[in-house]
Amino acid sequence: MTRYLRYLVPLAIFALLVALLFRGLSLDPKIVPSPLVGKPIPTFTLTRLDNPAVTISDADFKGKVSLLNVWATWCVSCRREHETLVQLAKTGQVEIYGLNYKDNREDANRWLAQLGNPYVANAFDSDGRVGIDWGVYGAPETFIIDREGIIRHKHIGPLTIEILNEEILPLVAKLKS
Amino acid sequence: MIPELGHLALILALSLALVLAIFPMIGSLNNTPGWIALARPAAWGQFFFIAIAFGCLVSSFLNDDFSVVYVAQNGNTLLPPVYKVSAVWGAHEGSLLLWVFILSGWTVAVSLLARHLPAVVLARVLSVMGLVSIGFLSFLLFTSNPFARVFPVPLEGGDLNPLLQDPGLAIHPPMLYMGYVGMSVAFSFAIAALIGGRLDAAWARWSRPWTTVAWMFLTIGITLGSWWAYNELGWGGWWFWDPVENASFMPWLAATALIHSLAVTEKRGAFKRWTVLLALLAFSLSLLGTFLVRSGVLTSVHAFASDPARGLFILIFLCIVIGGSLSLYAARAPSVTSGGRFDGFSRETLLLGNNLLLVIVTAFVLLGTLAPLIYDALDWGKISVGFPWFNRMFVIFTPFLVVLMGMGPLTRWKHQDPADLARQLRVALLISLGGGILAALPLLHEGSVWAGLAVMLSLWIVCSLLLSLRQRLRYRKGLAGLWQDLGAKGSGSYYGMVVAHFGVAVFIIGVTFVMQYNVEKDIRLSPGESTELAGYTLRFDGVQARQGPNYRADRGTVHILKGEREIALLQPEKRVYTVQTKPMTESGIDVGFTRDIYVSLGEGLGNGDWSMRLYYKPFIRWIWFGGLLIAIGGLLAASDRRYRIAVRDRVPASAALGNDGLIANGGS
Repeated sequence: MTRYLRYLVPLAIFALLVALLFRGLSLDPKIVPSPLVGKPIPTFTLTRLDNPAVTISDADFKGKVSLLNVWATWCVSCRREHETLVQLAKTGQVEIYGLNYKDNREDANRWLAQLGNPYVANAFDSDGRVGIDWGVYGAPETFIIDREGIIRHKHIGPLTIEILNEEILPLVAKLKS
Repeated sequence: MIPELGHLALILALSLALVLAIFPMIGSLNNTPGWIALARPAAWGQFFFIAIAFGCLVSSFLNDDFSVVYVAQNGNTLLPPVYKVSAVWGAHEGSLLLWVFILSGWTVAVSLLARHLPAVVLARVLSVMGLVSIGFLSFLLFTSNPFARVFPVPLEGGDLNPLLQDPGLAIHPPMLYMGYVGMSVAFSFAIAALIGGRLDAAWARWSRPWTTVAWMFLTIGITLGSWWAYNELGWGGWWFWDPVENASFMPWLAATALIHSLAVTEKRGAFKRWTVLLALLAFSLSLLGTFLVRSGVLTSVHAFASDPARGLFILIFLCIVIGGSLSLYAARAPSVTSGGRFDGFSRETLLLGNNLLLVIVTAFVLLGTLAPLIYDALDWGKISVGFPWFNRMFVIFTPFLVVLMGMGPLTRWKHQDPADLARQLRVALLISLGGGILAALPLLHEGSVWAGLAVMLSLWIVCSLLLSLRQRLRYRKGLAGLWQDLGAKGSGSYYGMVVAHFGVAVFIIGVTFVMQYNVEKDIRLSPGESTELAGYTLRFDGVQARQGPNYRADRGTVHILKGEREIALLQPEKRVYTVQTKPMTESGIDVGFTRDIYVSLGEGLGNGDWSMRLYYKPFIRWIWFGGLLIAIGGLLAASDRRYRIAVRDRVPASAALGNDGLIANGGS
């Protein structure tokens, strides 16, 4: 009997694989809680979007609670999200930094001039290399960073007023206190 | 009109695939010569109609027929004609069409070149290929029709993804598919042999050249893909362990195990069950790769349009093809007799070791590729498995493989005296150890243990190959003797092995040196300014705007000087393609035998200043050169005279065997 069972092993492995793949079809690989949550922000140095002569780095995030918003002009959802960010900036509750991701400097500055600039400063990541270190899957994404420069939360997809009120601002308030 | 013609041709091809999969198979089981005879005409008809469909899609692209959705998405009037043709396989629907086109091509090739096979066996092989073809043709017609129309007709097309507008990528997918789909031949031979219940040396001999050719294409495809990534992605990498790359690498590993195992089955009649399982595995992994790439269960930098409905279709197809073949294996394998006996130390055992290692590595790559999915499915959270994990695994297993690779060719079949082998290999061991230690010491370069290991492994391969050559040519004199030997029966296999193994040695040096001694520099330069890189002076002479056929470009000028002498002029570009407005880097590379200098433009920083990324990449060419040698080795092995002699010899024998439903026992 065992003589015959041995030849069923490949089939059994395949059956397991099929079960896994079938499960995989109903999962969305794009929903990714960042492995960076709870870890310090990755070190980086990039030029500022509005001024290539000035750099911005991970050191700028120390000592305050802030948001880092990953955006690009080619990203349609970012346009949808932008108004929310502008409103949030007006309330002055938290400093918003931007990571301009795989974009073009001219276009990005024009976008800010037209739609309003909610950012304290923008880091210009033209080839998305720093984005890779931050585990960016696609724009828009928003990170919440605490005083010690540790990432506390990551939101994937455009921010809305509801998400701000339920998810982002309560955490910001908690981190500030 | 033309798109409808293409669509109709695909439907007719599907009908013929049904005929091919059903009638010859049933005919071979109940001995109906008329049904068996249907196999070849059905295979030809299928090829004919798929060729028409393929031609129709090419013509729609060349004529910018944007009423076809697929053309509207991937074509453009400004696209150079070459890329209009390669745009056919630039996205999902068209690449599937290319896939079935190549599959039907392989089917026709088998029907023409394997005429020496008994009619029953040939009918079964073609029939199984027809079955695979049904799956892909219905996938194409029911979920991904490339000929679907759109109204109103767009005025201009969405253009081919700029990343794909490169000669390397224009030919990379066809080569890769030739390899993937070619594995279906080995698969079909295996299924036919399992159905007939005769797994023997003749079966191994028939499927061997086909497997080798498919493996050669897969090697070329993977090498080209790596070369393209290096040229086009602008950060000097040549392999990313991306799911899509792994999808091509796993069948390659399994096929590498298969071609070695086939050698044992052909020469010694051993490992039959194992060989047949590897043949099923190699093709199954090709199909699995397709599933992973097309279904969207894994995220990848290769952004294909993925779709769960398509994923479900392929999954069901996988269950039928792989599940069915493994069930057949489970039913038939127990009755297969074990072949030639061999001792604990013999070429058979070494090849078994090679097979086990390759299968383990394949399993690890599969595990690494699926790990994110496994974690997700079991709710363990999300992970991503990256570079370090895969690299570590290769560093662990490669040395063992290489040690066996050096011993294998010098070891006898059946029985080898270990002391005797050790005596022969003593010189190789000394030279490789010595060379390795020298390379590890900081004499020329800064020292590196890894470089030392790489040199040691490569020298081990090269020395043992030289010893094996000396042994083979010991009764022949000089160059004339070598020439004589090259023409001998069986020499193709032997010299193919020598060239391919030498390719591995070259590849190991390339990979290790480029990883150890790579120099990388991010810098901001003003026009006229110079910088040093690994002993070279790079002078930046500013950037000019340039208009391409379908893009605007900023072209930088960088002079490379060694001392006072200018040795190269590089013109890296930053392109923006008019339609997709996606910035693309076209690197400037000074190619060299022992090093590349690689410049890619970053951003214009005002006042003519640019940020730039500079690389010094020692020995990187050796990676692709090694890949090329491995592929050439495959070509040599497949062109061995003995397969052609076998063709001529066996024609009367197979005619005499008639339709008794058994595989002719060619023996060996």
